[in-house]
Amino acid sequence: MRKLVTSVLAGIGLTLACGTSVYAQEKSLTIFWAEWDPANYLQELGNEYEKETGVKITVETTPWPDFQTKAFTEFNAHGDAYDMVVGDSQWLGAGSTGGHYVDLTDFFNKHKVGDVMAPATVKYYAEYPGGSSKYWAIPLEGDAVGWSYRKDWFEDPKEKEAFKAKYGYDLDVPKDFKALRDIAEFFYRPDQKKYGIAIYTDNSYDAMAMGFENALFSYGGELGDYSTYKVDGFINSDKAVAALDAYKELYKFTPPGWAKSFFVEDNQAITEGLAAMSMNYFAFFPSLINEASNPNAKNTGFFANPPGPNGDQFAALGGQGISIVSYSQKQEEATKFLEWFIKDETQKKWAALGGYTCSAAVLKSPEFQNATPYNKAFYETMFKVKDFWAVPEYAELLQQLNQRVYPYMIGGEGTAKETLDALAADWNATFKKYGRGQ
Amino acid sequence: MATTMITTLDRSSRAAARGLSDISIRNLFIIPTVLFLIVFNIFPLIYSLGYSFTDFRASTNAPANFVGLQNYRDLLNDPYVWSNFAITAKYVIISVAGQLFVGFGVAMLLNRDIPLKGLLTTLLLLPMMLSMAVVGLFWKLLYDPSFGIINYALGLGTFEWLSDPKMALYAVALTDIWMWSPFVMLLSLAGLSAVPKHLYEAAAIDRAGPFYTFFRITLPLVAPILMIAVIFRTMEAFKTFDLAYILTSQPTAELISIRLYKMAFQEWQTGRSCALAYIVLIMVLAITNIYVKYLNKVKER
Repeated sequence: MRKLVTSVLAGIGLTLACGTSVYAQEKSLTIFWAEWDPANYLQELGNEYEKETGVKITVETTPWPDFQTKAFTEFNAHGDAYDMVVGDSQWLGAGSTGGHYVDLTDFFNKHKVGDVMAPATVKYYAEYPGGSSKYWAIPLEGDAVGWSYRKDWFEDPKEKEAFKAKYGYDLDVPKDFKALRDIAEFFYRPDQKKYGIAIYTDNSYDAMAMGFENALFSYGGELGDYSTYKVDGFINSDKAVAALDAYKELYKFTPPGWAKSFFVEDNQAITEGLAAMSMNYFAFFPSLINEASNPNAKNTGFFANPPGPNGDQFAALGGQGISIVSYSQKQEEATKFLEWFIKDETQKKWAALGGYTCSAAVLKSPEFQNATPYNKAFYETMFKVKDFWAVPEYAELLQQLNQRVYPYMIGGEGTAKETLDALAADWNATFKKYGRGQ
Repeated sequence: MATTMITTLDRSSRAAARGLSDISIRNLFIIPTVLFLIVFNIFPLIYSLGYSFTDFRASTNAPANFVGLQNYRDLLNDPYVWSNFAITAKYVIISVAGQLFVGFGVAMLLNRDIPLKGLLTTLLLLPMMLSMAVVGLFWKLLYDPSFGIINYALGLGTFEWLSDPKMALYAVALTDIWMWSPFVMLLSLAGLSAVPKHLYEAAAIDRAGPFYTFFRITLPLVAPILMIAVIFRTMEAFKTFDLAYILTSQPTAELISIRLYKMAFQEWQTGRSCALAYIVLIMVLAITNIYVKYLNKVKER
């Protein structure tokens, strides 16, 4: 109850504060994003913009767990604290239908953004509803789930020999999900405090969904039909059941206490020398090749999410597009910034600073692909990504997924089929509630 | 009765010289507080009651539709919400019982003449002065299976306190007991030192055993103040959020306040979460009322 009262209080406070604030600095723009390295790179890019135009760019951040809550609290209060927001791909539905984002369709067509950026990024970071050719954001930070691994463990001749003897093929970067599982099992040695694999299991936001999607999409499964909202026969198909079992199987080979892990823990698995392989967003890989933050930096390699048993290869999409907040008083100024942002040379600068550009031309350039050990895997991944539902009620769908999948994954309750059947029923009910499809 | 407690204004004081009466000074102090309460507590409370009968979502521009008791009906039919309530009840019982046992026990130990008693008491009070979130983060490290000091000290190897679905709730309750036992101890100490010494002397003359003395003299006399501790702790434990949210994400340790938070601020089901908040409020009120009735009975004796 107190939580609720406090929030209402905060809302009133915000509205008051917004109503009375004075716009002293005409030439400044505030961008809201989560607190992580890419936001610092964006600030640096903003500093370049200030040098060129005199418009000051401030990137305001908040820790990831609060990001969604804080952004939407501000939107719901119709506050203009932020002129632009770099919102998660799932927010598109809520942002567009809720009237929080400015419609950028004209901007998109005028500047041919659809040709500049990689197709998958346009589809998932900008367009809502899917296939409508209506755009609400400019792809800013491309991201997907990839893998890091310990090169020194993989290349050790003794390990190679032992692996070949046990599994009958060479120890190398996993070619498919079966190899991923075998290698995880092979390196799982609790007595030596070495473990096979680190995966996402946290059920508080989208960690569990992202991890499971990696298996689901590569196994050829789907969450549902994005245009008809039909989920029966998709999320509980045989392929999806096999994928969930495969993902649960990996959990056996994780370090102890791996039941609430997301990007921080998964990077720790590599920096602390706990695991042979670790799933994570590409955005978190820069700190793994930095010797200051990873003592094993020299021995860390990267690979794209491997294919499933039928050769399908996909990965779960992360990443964000930048949108103009419709309550901002400086929408024109913000549009100018976006015009500057989509220029080729800006995109090159953005990539050089450490941002994951979505510009197709930059992604394809050898210069980009050879810049870091993971850029090539990133490039490969960005052309085969799929995302979670982007409808306004995505958070309810996520919660239902967490609610069903977590007890099965971690607690071992029920079977994969029962879990996914129940999830399909939950999702059907939710879509029905909001009058979608059927 | 309230007016008799106001001391009358000294005629030579400055306030009197300005012509302020007792009543106007009282009003000066009380009205801002009452206004504050109305604006920031009572008004939102009533406003959210209205929302609880709608399908309002704060994240969209869609108008709120009146849905009657639909939200309440759905919530009370939702097995997940019931399991959250069951988990919360279990948590409250374990945590409050633990605090009572430890807190009262330590108070009994401290209620004698020992050197450095003041310092000892102050040190024991430290846990409850920390922020809940900080305690949560500390204990998450302490419980860590790979490098946590608890497993190391107890020789438990890699026992997974927080990742084990069966253990997680107990681990959270244990942290809460550590944090809030000092509160019970403090109240118990006050109660214990108020027990008249001559009762113990009389008991000693009558050759009463230690158990008899404890159950017939100490406990009955401390009971009212202990009840107050129980009321406070029950209410607080029912509302626990930060500690549990930080420590674990196990569904078996998902307290009702965590469910409420997710519903309100992650899913933005504002109408439904208002309804859930009201259900929780009514439950807390009911439980508190039972306690207060019992407390009054104890006091009468």
